[in-house]
Amino acid sequence: MAEEIKTFKVTIDNITIDVPAGTTVLNAARQIGGEVAPPAMCYYSKLQGSGGKCRTCLVEVAAGSTADPRPMPKLVASCRTTVMDGMIVKNITSDKVKDARAGVVEFLLLNHPLDCPICDQAGECHLQDLGYEHGKEGTRYEFARRTFEKEDIGPYIQLHMTRCILCYRCTYVADQLTDKRVHGILDRGEHAEISTYISKAIDNDFSGNMIDVCPVGALTDRTFRFKNRVWFTKPVDAHRTCDTPGCCGNVTLWLRGNEVFRVTARKDEWGEVQSFDGKPGWICNTCRFEKKKTVDWVIEGVTKVNRHSVISQGNYENLVMPKETIQEVMGGREPKLLMDIHDESEVNKPGVHLSEIAGPAHSDVFEENR
Amino acid sequence: MRSLSKAQIITYMQALTNRAKQVERKPMTLLERAYLPAIFKGMAITFGHMFKKRPTINYPEVKRPFSPVFRGLHILNRDEEGRENCTACGLCAVACPAEAITMEAAERKAGEENLYREEKYAAKYEINMLRCIFCGLCEEACPKDAIYLSETFAPANFQRKGFIYGKDDLLIPNPITEPEAFAEARGNRAQVAR
Ligand code: SF4
Ligand code: SF4
Ligand code: SF4
Ligand code: FES
Repeated sequence: MAEEIKTFKVTIDNITIDVPAGTTVLNAARQIGGEVAPPAMCYYSKLQGSGGKCRTCLVEVAAGSTADPRPMPKLVASCRTTVMDGMIVKNITSDKVKDARAGVVEFLLLNHPLDCPICDQAGECHLQDLGYEHGKEGTRYEFARRTFEKEDIGPYIQLHMTRCILCYRCTYVADQLTDKRVHGILDRGEHAEISTYISKAIDNDFSGNMIDVCPVGALTDRTFRFKNRVWFTKPVDAHRTCDTPGCCGNVTLWLRGNEVFRVTARKDEWGEVQSFDGKPGWICNTCRFEKKKTVDWVIEGVTKVNRHSVISQGNYENLVMPKETIQEVMGGREPKLLMDIHDESEVNKPGVHLSEIAGPAHSDVFEENR
Repeated sequence: MRSLSKAQIITYMQALTNRAKQVERKPMTLLERAYLPAIFKGMAITFGHMFKKRPTINYPEVKRPFSPVFRGLHILNRDEEGRENCTACGLCAVACPAEAITMEAAERKAGEENLYREEKYAAKYEINMLRCIFCGLCEEACPKDAIYLSETFAPANFQRKGFIYGKDDLLIPNPITEPEAFAEARGNRAQVAR
């Protein structure tokens, strides 16, 4: 018989659960789910070694274990702390945690440019959610924020260093998914920044996954840049048979009408890429950046979006369209339209396909199509 | 067919309120039948109004002052250097209950810094005034001080296409190149202190 796996009993926010020894407090809380799970900005379950950088996942340990029930003196990072038998953890039930988390949000936003109206990540940004749920209004920071020029890292990825929170997730992607990492963190402390060594292009097949793991808008998709706001595009699940080894081919397409504006990996409830057959569903750059037609994909259906997310605006569940009765009441005649909006409107012209331009649109694109 | 009494009809019709009154059908008195006294009574009311203050004005020669919270035609704002404020963030469009606003964004090129304040701007921006209900939610939503509802009506038009307002129609005149037009569009209402 197989050796019995040792399980520990842990109580998080008054809910008790049995988890295998060696599980982190964060993962135990995620098994309970909902509000009990602390937010995580740097930990990413699919990237080994991630976590421990951002401190958003701080929790209070009210009792260390049954053997030693003393509370831990300081708040601990739940993504790096493993459970002990009889441990009692307080997350949202602890005022200390709430206060500390608001402080962490303030720290993460110290140098942040707050340029959400421009940023393509807005609407699916973990920092926005974190600030909204756990942050305070206003900042006490009085010094100049650090600034950087935006940088193209490779033909597909744009780096806005000002928005980076130095979570290191992208460097783990480069280390663990691609064979040669050419970018990393340069300098230290206040001066630390993500960069490529002398702006060397990242041309690995899986580099696009950095965009998905980046919790903020620091790494964004250049092929989607400024094309649309995420909440005006409609996410659908789709797949294709991809022959790149390691690519799962299961994606989310972000559509506007029949145009594919963006392709991303499929995300789970924690905002991480979903697993398929126990393997993380990373996708290759061909799927992500080059298959921008609906004919390239088999569409499975509309992606389930949390209804509290702005992305769910305009997407109605169980929508039943009423039957078109105009022809019936008019004896088979077509209604005479007094105006076709496309004759007059300059926006969303049927002949202009923003999704087919390689990078962001510029003034000349619109000049030509007047 | 069986005829119903009035009271029966009222119960049958299920009056919505308890204020329904039965019409009195008493025969008229002599004074009422004389007809002229009632005419004079009515005329007295009519002529009496001639000496009261008129509630109407002679539009368009005279115009009413707008209330400070009047919500009219939109303008797209510029900053003091004449650059467009709007960054095509789409918040007005998502806030709009009538789905009247559409836009397409573009990236600012080198050399266009004097035209657009931000790295991204609205290359196309349209409001369908036929859909708009002038609720002002777009103005509330805008994080960039870029859209305001002014004290102007959308002028009447014979055709629907006249109500699709593009950027040419919406942008406020440039304060650097056309200061007079800008001052006029800006109006003279005291700036609300923030
Ligand atoms: S670029 Fe994004 S993923 Fe990389 S360290 Fe910065 S915030 Fe993290
Ligand atoms: S005033 Fe209201 S209805 Fe009109 S465009 Fe603005 S948000 Fe939409
Ligand atoms: S008018 Fe304001 S809210 Fe609307 S897109 Fe422009 S900046 Fe955003
Ligand atoms: S998620 Fe635990 S420290 Fe960042």
